[in-house]
Order: sequence, then C-alpha cells, then structure tokens
Amino acid sequence: MRSIIVDDEASARAIVAELCKTIPDMEVRAEFPNALEALKFLKDNQVDLIFLDIHMPKLTGIDFIETLQNPPKIVLTTSDKNFAIEAYEYSFIVDYLVKPISQERFQKCIVKLNAAFNQVLPFTSFGTKTERDQELYINIDRRLIKLKFNDILLIEAKGDYIEIQTLGKRYRVHSTLKKIKDKLPESRFLQIHRSFIINFTQIVDIQDNSVLIEKSVIPISRSNRPELMQRLNLL
Amino acid sequence: MEHPNLDYIKEISGGNEVFEKKFLNIIQTEFPKEKEEYMENLESEKLDESAKIVHKIKHKLGILGLQEGYRLAIKYEEDLKYGDTKLQGQFHEILHTVEQFILKIA
Repeated sequence: MRSIIVDDEASARAIVAELCKTIPDMEVRAEFPNALEALKFLKDNQVDLIFLDIHMPKLTGIDFIETLQNPPKIVLTTSDKNFAIEAYEYSFIVDYLVKPISQERFQKCIVKLNAAFNQVLPFTSFGTKTERDQELYINIDRRLIKLKFNDILLIEAKGDYIEIQTLGKRYRVHSTLKKIKDKLPESRFLQIHRSFIINFTQIVDIQDNSVLIEKSVIPISRSNRPELMQRLNLL
Repeated sequence: MEHPNLDYIKEISGGNEVFEKKFLNIIQTEFPKEKEEYMENLESEKLDESAKIVHKIKHKLGILGLQEGYRLAIKYEEDLKYGDTKLQGQFHEILHTVEQFILKIA
C-alpha cells in the first residue's frame, strides 16, 4: 500500500508514519506539511492511500479532496469530530481518525482499508472468453467497476493483493495473479515474471531483461522470455 | 491538577527510543512556536486565528496525556470563534504546565 501523509503538524505526521511501520505492506512514500506540495507530488506519482489532515492553512483537506481527479483511498486525520458526517459523503474516504490516534484505533482503520481494497469478481459479457467486447468487473467498495481489457496495461502481484494498472488509474484488489490470469484472453495478456502479467499489445520497447509499458519498466524472467519473444512480430 | 506524561508516546513507539527522542524533539520545537503564534494572534485580537492555533495545541495536550486540558481546549477553541475569551486564564495555566514539562525533558 503506497501512501503519503499530509498534515501541517510535524508531530502528527511523525505519529502516523510510526503507526504505519507496524503495518506489513504499508509504504509511506512521502510526507507533506501542506496540501499544495502534496498536489505537486501527485502529478507525477500514484499512491493508493492518503492520510489527510482537514485543518491546514491555505488549502484545507476538504479543498484538497475537491481538486483530486482520480482520488485514491483517503483516511482523514483531524482533531475535530465535526467533519465526520461530511467526510462520509465521499465514497473514497475510508476512515476518520481523531487525533491523537491510538494504536488500537489505527489497527481498526487498517482492517477497514483492507476491506476497501476488495475482492475481484470477474466475469465477461457472454460468460466466455471471447475476443470481442471483453471486460472484467472488479469489486471496489461494493461497486462493480468495469475494466475493458484494452485499457489494462499490466497486473502486479502484491502479497494478498493484485494491482491492476490501467491508462491513468490503478486498482488494488484482493485476489491472486493466477485467478485473474484465468480470466484474461491469452491472445493479449502474458505472464512475464512471477509477479507480473502484461498486456503485450501495450509494449513500448524491450531492452535486455525488461519491458517498458507506458512509464513502467517490468522485469522479464528467464523462463518467460522465450514465450514473449515467440509472440512478437519480429522483423 | 493533572500532569503531562509520555504514556501515549511510549505506546506509539513500542519501546523504540530513537523515535521517542525524535518525537520529543519535534514537540520541543513545535510547541513554543505554536504558543508564540497563539499569543501574537490573541494580542492582536485575531481570535479566529487564535482558535486555529488552539486547535493544533489541543492535539499536543492529548499526546501528553492532559485529558482535562484537551477537553478545555475544545471548549476554548469554540469560544474563541465566537469572541469569548473567558477560558483564557485556565488555558494559559495549561500552556505553562506543558512548557515546564518540555523544559524538564529537554
């Protein structure tokens, strides 16, 4: 889980960062003392989760949320209980932590987050893997979200989760690479590493033992390389 | 009268002394700045701005285990937004207690 912390109080950021260290698979990528710096970071970096303070000078947490085009999951951290109802108007806000945050309450938040990054429910329009009009539905927060196979760039295994990267968005789903591989058309998707399946129609280039897909460099394992090379229309 | 303690910080650190030291350094830097900012706003009668700083200080009172102080700060913050400063004296006593504690642990 790639996260950032946005809070104008250094003490508050330090506490959240320390609490995050107790969570396996939680990576705090950066901390910001204001929302503007966080926005700059998010222009070039994708994250799964933001720990966000509401009361900040210049741009408040709520203003910040309104500016996000594809918001990741957000956990609000605040000393003010009054915003709780407003917070839950946003589907991507998973929890609301009142500072100072206890370890016990933080653990509950992580349980909520794990539930939010939910399970894959894949099926196709016709119940079979036809090449035309194929799509995959994933379950995020009890919403079935349709992903067109054409839009999927790659899928990465991350512990008990998989991360599906599409053009412009990432989805974290509780599932395995094997499960999703069975639902994807073999003519377009290929496992090139034990942790990666790629849409090989989206390859930009191949260099040595890696593939470039959009801006992601994906390793090719030695055992999967021959099959990949076989599939390419080499001159 | 209640006294500040490090119970919460020790709970969060799980015995990590490096974090405890780093965290106390942050508090020692952050608290005096916030107090100064609060006092300046109060003296300039910018009570809305004072309330915003009380909001931040309130979090530190919670961190230092000052439960009564935390509750008083919630009330004081709201009062300040309406121009009411009657809890000022009690709040300043709490600030003084925290200042003394910070000096002691420095």
